[in-house]
Amino acid sequence: MEEKRQRESYGLHTWIGLAGLTLAAMLAAVCLGNVDIPVRECLQVFRAALTGTEASDPGTASILLAVRLPRVLCVALSGASLSVCGAAMQGLLKNPLADGSTLGISSGASLGAALAIAFGFQLPRLPFSGSVILAALFAFVSLILILSLSYMLDSSFSTNTIILLGIVYSMFVSSILSLVVTFAPDKLKQITFWTMGSLEGSSYQNALVLSVMLAVCGTILIRLSEELNAFAIGEENAMNVGVNVTRVRLVILVTVSLLIGTCVSIGGTIGFVGLVTPHIIRLLTGPNHRRLLPASMFGGAAFLTLADLAARTIARPRELPIGVVTSFVGAILFVCIYYKVGRAAR
Amino acid sequence: MSILRVENLSVSFGQTPIFQDVSFELNAGDWLMMIGPNGCGKSTLVRAISGAVPYAGRILYLDEDIRRLRPGELARNIGILAQNHYVGYAFTVREVVRLGRYAYRRNRGGDPEGESQIRRALELTGMNALADKSVLHLSGGELQRVFLAQLFAQAPRVLILDEPTNHLDLIYQKQVFELVSEWRKEPGRAVISVVHDLSLARAYGTQALLLYEKRALAQGSMERVFDPAYLNTAYGMDVAAWMRTMLSQWS
Repeated sequence: MEEKRQRESYGLHTWIGLAGLTLAAMLAAVCLGNVDIPVRECLQVFRAALTGTEASDPGTASILLAVRLPRVLCVALSGASLSVCGAAMQGLLKNPLADGSTLGISSGASLGAALAIAFGFQLPRLPFSGSVILAALFAFVSLILILSLSYMLDSSFSTNTIILLGIVYSMFVSSILSLVVTFAPDKLKQITFWTMGSLEGSSYQNALVLSVMLAVCGTILIRLSEELNAFAIGEENAMNVGVNVTRVRLVILVTVSLLIGTCVSIGGTIGFVGLVTPHIIRLLTGPNHRRLLPASMFGGAAFLTLADLAARTIARPRELPIGVVTSFVGAILFVCIYYKVGRAAR
Repeated sequence: MSILRVENLSVSFGQTPIFQDVSFELNAGDWLMMIGPNGCGKSTLVRAISGAVPYAGRILYLDEDIRRLRPGELARNIGILAQNHYVGYAFTVREVVRLGRYAYRRNRGGDPEGESQIRRALELTGMNALADKSVLHLSGGELQRVFLAQLFAQAPRVLILDEPTNHLDLIYQKQVFELVSEWRKEPGRAVISVVHDLSLARAYGTQALLLYEKRALAQGSMERVFDPAYLNTAYGMDVAAWMRTMLSQWS
């Protein structure tokens, strides 16, 4: 008798539903802002842009296509990236407090951006280029540094070594960041704003880079879902069932670092998305990474899109740093989730 | 040819030796009972075979150094039950047991027998009724049975069990040993168990290895290793007298 394998992933209709919800959040974020634009008008502008015809109101088209759409795309892609990285790190390290920043990569990227801002490094005619380039460079250098140090201390890249090094590295970088601010007090506001995260001024090029990185890194992580399940159950158990723990761990760490580095270089350090979204999604999907990782992408995209919408509209015309909104909402949600999980466990 | 041969195995943590120069052979049909007082290195020896701790010496599976085997190949041939289990997330029993087939799914040709092996492993360990329950809601004994089921689903040729009756009540202790005993009867299979209960060891083992003060104090047939002189030295007490005292309460 042919055995039917119990389905571990969701059916197509569930994924279509999740994609629909994310698109709805993105549509709301495109329509709302300093100037609210009716949904029908937005859709007309998009249709005109896709068919190459001229929009009835060039002003509205300009707001939507030149400002809001690239930003919303970058926000959604960043949210998806940060969230999938958080879910992967929580599984890999078997630690519910882990996220993409646990490795210290985001701190390294922040330092790069802060140096660029403080000392005015930028490419001619490309504002923000300096912070983006130095953030990406420092993210990469941080990755190499942390992995090399981990290898020197423990050639098997054990979980505890990586967590400890990540924390120590983040603290070390934080002290240098404070030093940079001391030497460039006039840039304090700019550096602080950047380190709290902002996707203002995002371009289609940024969205393209993010989407390519998410497609590549996200695919790698999803393909390693079963290995992540094994790590989440226990590293020694993973080894006993045949997972090449050293190699898989290294692949996941490099993949997460590249994706986090890209996100931070474009949008700054946006806290709590990678930490909280996987916990919310895990309540719905369970811990199996076959469902958790893709669902976290959609959840992260929707969460950050709505957080960005709130950041733009709560105190309009003033805009709040997106990291402030995600941290505020994320911290409350995190407490609620743990209360709920704790009650269920009792 | 022996299935598993351990030659001059030594493990040290930094400058501290855990055990030194341990050698033994395991043939088809054998059930080797690894005994000794706490801290003598029994579990570390198991972890060395799994590759979790570095070691000096050689461990040969069918005359091939296990360091040269790929992790999947090793898992398809040698299955290890760890001493303690802690699962941090709410995986279901079936999801944990399914991981036992990981090494087969990664193999060319897939894993056509996977689902039937998983179902059989769940039935053997009495976990079928709990298959869709979260492992976070299980007792210690039930969790131990989940990982035993994972091991049976893994279907290796050599089982290495580090205190398999940990957390198990009497009926499941008996069931586990009976199950493993039945499992061992298939040709080409062998078992190594770390056990503290010397009665269980004596009842089911075909040979034994007694570790004491970082070395193998005695090894070979059950009669040889269970010689009172060796046991009394290792445990620092008259073991046989204690066992008789315990048993006399049931007469």
